[in-house]
Order: sequence, then C-alpha cells, then structure tokens
Amino acid sequence: MAKFVINEERVEFNAAPDTPLLWALRDWFDLPGTKFGCGMALCGACTVHVNGVATRACVTPVSAVEGKSVTTIEAFKPGRYPVADAVKAAWIEKDVVQCGYCQPGQIMSATALLAKNPKPTDADIDAAMSGNICRCGTYQRVREAIKAAAANLPGRAPAPAKSAPKKA
Amino acid sequence: MARAIKSVSRRKFLRHSAAATGALVISFWLPMGKGRLAHAQEAPKKAAIHPNAFLRIDKDGTCTVFVKHLEFGQGVTTSLPMIVAEELECDWTKVRAELAPAAPEYAHTMFGMQMTGGSSSVVNSFDQLRTVGAQARTMLVQAAAQQWNAKPAECRAEKGFVAGPGGKRASYGQLAEAAGKLPVPEKVTLKDPKSFQLIGKPTRRLDSAEKVEGRAKFGIDYQRLPNRVHVALVAHAPTFGGAPKSMNADKVKAVPGVTHVIELPRGVAVVATNYWSAKKGRDALVVNWDPGPNAAVSSDALRKQFLDLAKTPGLPAKKAGNPEAIKSAAKTLVAEYEVPFLAHAAMEPLNCTVEVKGENVEMWVGSQFQTVDQQAAAKVMGSKPEQVKLNTMLAGGGFGRRANPASDYIKEAVEIAARAKVPVKTIWTREDDIRGGYYRPMMVHRVEVGLDAQGGIVGWNHAIVGPSIIGGTAFEPMMVKDGIDPTSTEGVADTHYAIPNLSVGLHSVKTGIPVLWWRSVGHSHTAFVMETMIDEIAAAQKKDPVQFRRELLAKNPRMLAVLDLAASKSGWTTPLPKGVARGIAIHESFGSVCAHVAEVSLEGGQPKVRRVVTAFDCGLVVNPLSVEAQLQSAIAFGLGAALYSKITIKDGAAEQSNFHDYRVLRMNEMPRVEVHLVAGGDKPTGVGEPGVPPVAPAVANALFALNGGKRIRTLPMA
Repeated sequence: MAKFVINEERVEFNAAPDTPLLWALRDWFDLPGTKFGCGMALCGACTVHVNGVATRACVTPVSAVEGKSVTTIEAFKPGRYPVADAVKAAWIEKDVVQCGYCQPGQIMSATALLAKNPKPTDADIDAAMSGNICRCGTYQRVREAIKAAAANLPGRAPAPAKSAPKKA
Repeated sequence: MARAIKSVSRRKFLRHSAAATGALVISFWLPMGKGRLAHAQEAPKKAAIHPNAFLRIDKDGTCTVFVKHLEFGQGVTTSLPMIVAEELECDWTKVRAELAPAAPEYAHTMFGMQMTGGSSSVVNSFDQLRTVGAQARTMLVQAAAQQWNAKPAECRAEKGFVAGPGGKRASYGQLAEAAGKLPVPEKVTLKDPKSFQLIGKPTRRLDSAEKVEGRAKFGIDYQRLPNRVHVALVAHAPTFGGAPKSMNADKVKAVPGVTHVIELPRGVAVVATNYWSAKKGRDALVVNWDPGPNAAVSSDALRKQFLDLAKTPGLPAKKAGNPEAIKSAAKTLVAEYEVPFLAHAAMEPLNCTVEVKGENVEMWVGSQFQTVDQQAAAKVMGSKPEQVKLNTMLAGGGFGRRANPASDYIKEAVEIAARAKVPVKTIWTREDDIRGGYYRPMMVHRVEVGLDAQGGIVGWNHAIVGPSIIGGTAFEPMMVKDGIDPTSTEGVADTHYAIPNLSVGLHSVKTGIPVLWWRSVGHSHTAFVMETMIDEIAAAQKKDPVQFRRELLAKNPRMLAVLDLAASKSGWTTPLPKGVARGIAIHESFGSVCAHVAEVSLEGGQPKVRRVVTAFDCGLVVNPLSVEAQLQSAIAFGLGAALYSKITIKDGAAEQSNFHDYRVLRMNEMPRVEVHLVAGGDKPTGVGEPGVPPVAPAVANALFALNGGKRIRTLPMA
C-alpha cells in the first residue's frame, strides 16, 4: 500500500504498486484532467507536480511517490495557487487552447517553470516546454501566455518605465 | 413529439414543444444536397424533443447553440455560436455551446451526413445557422409585439432584449416561452453583412476555461460511478491484414483485474477493470499470428514500384492540350518526388466507450463521422442505426483519423462490448496509434516540364503514383470517376497556373497498407510538388519566384492578391542576414488561398525555420482570432511533417511506434508566425486545412538557396 498526498489530501493506494501515477489518478482517484498521450514520457500530456517538480505521471509508478505530494491540474482552483492563477488567466487572455487535450500538461509545465523562474527567456521557455507536444500547434500562443503570466505574477511590481539601476 | 421528416422537398422547419421548459427551441431540416450518400440513414420517425435542435433560449436568457460538428481544436464551439448570435442579436456573454448528438437534423448541408471534415464546418453551417438565429429573433420580436399590442416593425432586437414603442423592453428570457408557442417563420430576412457586429470580430473561445482547468471531457475521460466502465486494449495483428490463430488466454486471464480475453478478426482484446490491468494483461498475451497477405510489404519495395510506374502515363486525370508537346521543348526539367506514409498522431489516442443494451447501443466517442460510425455500429449489432445513440465527445485532435469510412476503431469497440457484456472503453496506446495504419498515403510524383528557348513552359507531363484513399470505401461510387480518385490529384489537375499542355496521369496502387485522409488530404503532397517545381522553373529562367508566379497567375486576381500580400508583408525584396534564406509557396485548397513565406537557416546542417509570414484569403472571416490560430496550427502540423515525420513499412508492419521515432514539431522548433488576412468575400471558405499544403514547399524553396542549389524533392527533409 502506498500512502501519499494528492492535491493536499492524504490518500492510500492499494492496487499494484507498479501502477503508473497517471492511471492511479485517472482510474482510481477520478482525476481525469491528467492526460494519457504516449506512456513513455515523450509528450508531456500527463505532467503533474511531485513535491513541486514537473513530473511525467505516465512513467512514475505509484511506489515512487510514497510519502510525496502530488499536484494535478484539478488542484488549481481560483485563489489557491497564485502562479497557476496567473498562468490560467494568461492562457484565456491569449486564447491558447485548441483541442485542449495537451493543455493541462502544458499548464503544469508552465507553472513549474514560473514558480522557479519568474522571468524566463525564450531559451528557458524552450527548455521547460519542449517536452510538451501539442499537435494543434499552440506553441506560439503558449509562449506568449507564459510571458504574459510572468508579467502578472503576484508580488511583481509593475515594470518601470525606464530600466532601473542594478543593485549590487 | 412525433414528427416526420421524410420526403422533404423544401426547407421544412420544425418546432419543438417548448411548454415544458419555457424555452424557445428551434431546429430545421434541410434537404440533402447532391452529395447525399446512397446509404445515408432515413430519419427516425420519432426524435427526442430535445436537444435535436440548434438553439435553445432559457428563461434566464441563456442562449445555447447545439454544435453539430466535432470540436477537435478548430473552434466550432465558438465560431458556430457566433453565427447564430449575430443574427439573433443576443448578448454574447449569455451564449453557450453544447455538442449535439448524432441525429439526422445535424447532417452536413453539402455532404448529407453528419460529419466534420473538408474544412467545411463554418462553410456548410453559415446560411443554416444565420437562418436559425434570424428565425429566433423574428419570433422573439413577434412575441414582444403581441404582448405590447404593437406591430413587429415597431420593435427591434438588440443585445438580448426586444425594444418596443414607448420605451418598452423585454429580455429574451422573458419572451422565450411566448416565442416558443409561435410558428417558426419559413422566410426570414438575414442581416446585411455590412451590419455584422460579431462576425468578423476577434472573439475568444468559449471553451478556454474548462480546458485550462482540466474539466473538459474528452472521449477518453468518459466515466461513470460507482461502477466504472471496463477498459479494453487490443493487440492488433503486427502485420496489416494479419489475424490471430491461437493464444495463451488462460495466462492473460490470470493477471489481476483482467476480466475477458476476446479474439477478434484482426486482433485480440484484453478487457480489464482498469487501464493498467488491461495493459499488463496485453503485455502477457502471446498470440500465434497468421501474418496474412501483406507480410512481405515494405516501403522500399513500394518506392521502387512507384518510381517505375511513374515513368508510364497512368490513367488520364487531366489532358489540357497535347502531352507530346514537351518533345519540341528546348529544355526539359525532369524531377521525381517522394513523400512517406504519415500517421495523424492526434494527442488523444483513439478510444471509444460502448454500452450494449439488447439490440441498442450507446456510444461516447469523439467522432468526425457520426453518421457513418452510427451505421457501422448498427451493422456490427445487426441493429438499425436509430438504435445506436452516439454521444459526441470532445476530441483531442483528429486530423482525419476520426473520419474513417471503415469505422475501424468504432466497430472493434462495439464488438468487444457486445461480447464482454459490460460497458467497455477501448483505449489505443500511442504505439497502437502510430502502428495502426490509416496513414496519409506514401506517394511518388514524376514531373516533366518542357521549356522553350525563351524559358516559357510548352508542356507539363505529371504522373502521380500511390494508394487511393477513396478506392474500396463506400465513397468510391460517388467520388471516383473513370478510375480517378480526385483526392490523389487535387492541387495538380486543378492548378490555377497558366500551364499549356498540362497532362496528369494517375496510378492508384493497392499496397495492403490502409490509408486515409490526413489534414489537407491530397494537397498535402501535391502542393509540395507543384510549388517546388514552379520555383525550379523560375530558377531555370532566372526569374524571381514571386514575379514568375505573378506571370502564371495573371488571370487569377484572388491568388495574385494573396501572393502580393505575402510578398509585401514578408519584405520579400529586402535583404536577410547571412545564412538566412526565404522561400515562398502559394496554394488553393478547400476554397481558400494560402501563401507562406518561410525564413530558414541551417543549424548544425539541419533546417531551422525562424519565421513564417502568411497571407490568407478564406472569404468572409467569422472569427479572425481562430483563423489565426488555425494557421499557426497548420504551420506547426505541416512543418513537423515536412521536416521530421515518416512511417516506413517493413515486413508488412510500421517501423515506428511512438514520438521518439515518429517525430513531430516541438516548442523549440516552432517559428514565429505572422498571419495577414485578405479582407473580403461574402461567404466563408475553408480554414482548418489550407494552411498545411504550402508549408513544405515554402521551406524547401528557402533551403534551395542554403543547400548550394540542391533541390529538395523528398520528404521529410531533416
């Protein structure tokens, strides 16, 4: 039996410990927001956070998250995770989604990126997001939305009109 | 409410009883167009009161538009409601979309069956949904006029209210019940497009919130509690056309969670209470396969066969003048082009949930082909199509794969559910999807172009070789004429270029590998061939590629306008940094004209597309924001295929299996896309597909300059 936390709730999982976290979430815990795309950590549709780190749930056995905290797209209720709020608002503002199937994974990767790096460059975005395939090709708007979200992260002062002097 | 919708010889409008809900519900039935399928199902004698309609207005003023098409990214759950809302004069913030189930009312107005494809969802719905909106508006105005003892002409609809004489005002919600009791007007006046408020305005999608919150339910998400549906994985025969002979069913049944092992004509299904058990069961399955008739098929051998055939004329698809004309040419260009089989690789793997109740079937599936799939399911059961309830779910992409005349993944699911006697969801793994066939056909083209001493074209002989998409399907009698599958030759035989003595021949080859339409169908290869050859001729004549195209398109103002817009917005004549080159391509498909200018460099010897400037004419634009999205999408889709994707066949099976060896475009490979729309047109034309065909040739034409003058004639390039 594996004991861990999903979306701030303690859970126990009694089925086969080699069950991938993806299928535990979908078939046991009825959290279908995390998507199946490839089963080989190649497409990122199944991305969740494990202790805050973007993780491919399709290749992560439940036994590997024993005692850890798993966060899925369903956790991102308004007002609970400020970075996620900024990301979701930017996604809607930039009209990112098309079919939408990969978008929970895209959003989980983007929130993990911005939580660590609130001012990502294009290269940072490429590095963090190139594991998330979108066959609709929403990449350009994903990039725009990440930048828009970065500009609206909580605690971030409005950008100064002129570049401020650097502090040592 | 019983109603007959047989023998419809004119538009017949139907009104649903609204008393129960106090809502105004409208639907209407259009006669089937010329393209009606012989086997299109008869309308059922009884249909449900609701929701077999296009529009419902509730007492709270919510306007729900029922979307007859599959939403798989292209944005129909926003663009189609926009069309209704424009004529209805409702408050856009009160508009909702719901996916309609499979029903005859929802037939495509051009193709006579319910389906999504051919970049035609907005095109075929435009007049239909404008009429729905105008009818409802007329009824609401009439209801208000009656209440106020006024004339309808004294009342007007605006933003969800009807305003009348003396400052009277009533909301649509307040009027819905009374309006629902009025007859549906057969003739309504549509708005002058010049007065459109919503159509043509960039409008954000209605489905963003549910999709960013992970609430959107795709077919694969269908579930019920407390008794979850079973999950089936099918081990398909490893060779196309193979079949199981024997297997170790007992060992598989011993896997915890596995409930059934079912032998199918082309595979073995493992049914379990959950996905992972079904997967482990399938992993434990050992099948002795009959490899079938295609076990020796390889793409290498097909390639040789196709190249040989391309040297012979084939069946005539187009003869405009004398095919011997090139014999008098001063110079002849000869080129052979090759494109591979391609999988659709939609993000949501194929799936279908089926519950069998006696002779009746209920299905939950993101289908592009509701009518065909409904009939296929009925056939498996020996039932009638109206005994099959097909609930259309959201689909995570499709690109044609969910529009299969053979209904492969549907029939399989129904058979499994019927035999397992429990509700079953089949789920394809990515490997099943990539190796499962129904590919964009592998094709070879051979082109001979004769030029006179001044460089003018004197003749163009063009041979096309490959499997037919339509051949052998129910569509063949309707679509294949004189042996010519038009989806093999579209984009060549109907080229807009002024080419004298154009002769097009087709060899349709049976390969044993199942093929299917793939976003932009035949144009996905014909534009590559035409547009790279046009550049090659321009180079032979030492002419600028844009200028040369202008000469050949002199009589086509629409294409000229798109070409000129692409050239000017891309800064075609301005210098580029060293190591960067531009290429252009223009192509008409699905009624629209698209030109791309690609800016390409080489990084480590591999092409890197930095920027794509697009000019596009899709007639009347309903939602510019979604048109832009579809072009970004088409470029990403087309570029992944142009650079990376290919399915090769060895020993009767696909050699690729997942995204590591079936490579598609990723974030770091996405160019910056700039979209420019040509204003104009009073009717919409296609949007979802026309952006794909010119991608590969625009990139190939740019690479010509970087590759030291070497032409790219084989895809993928990288």
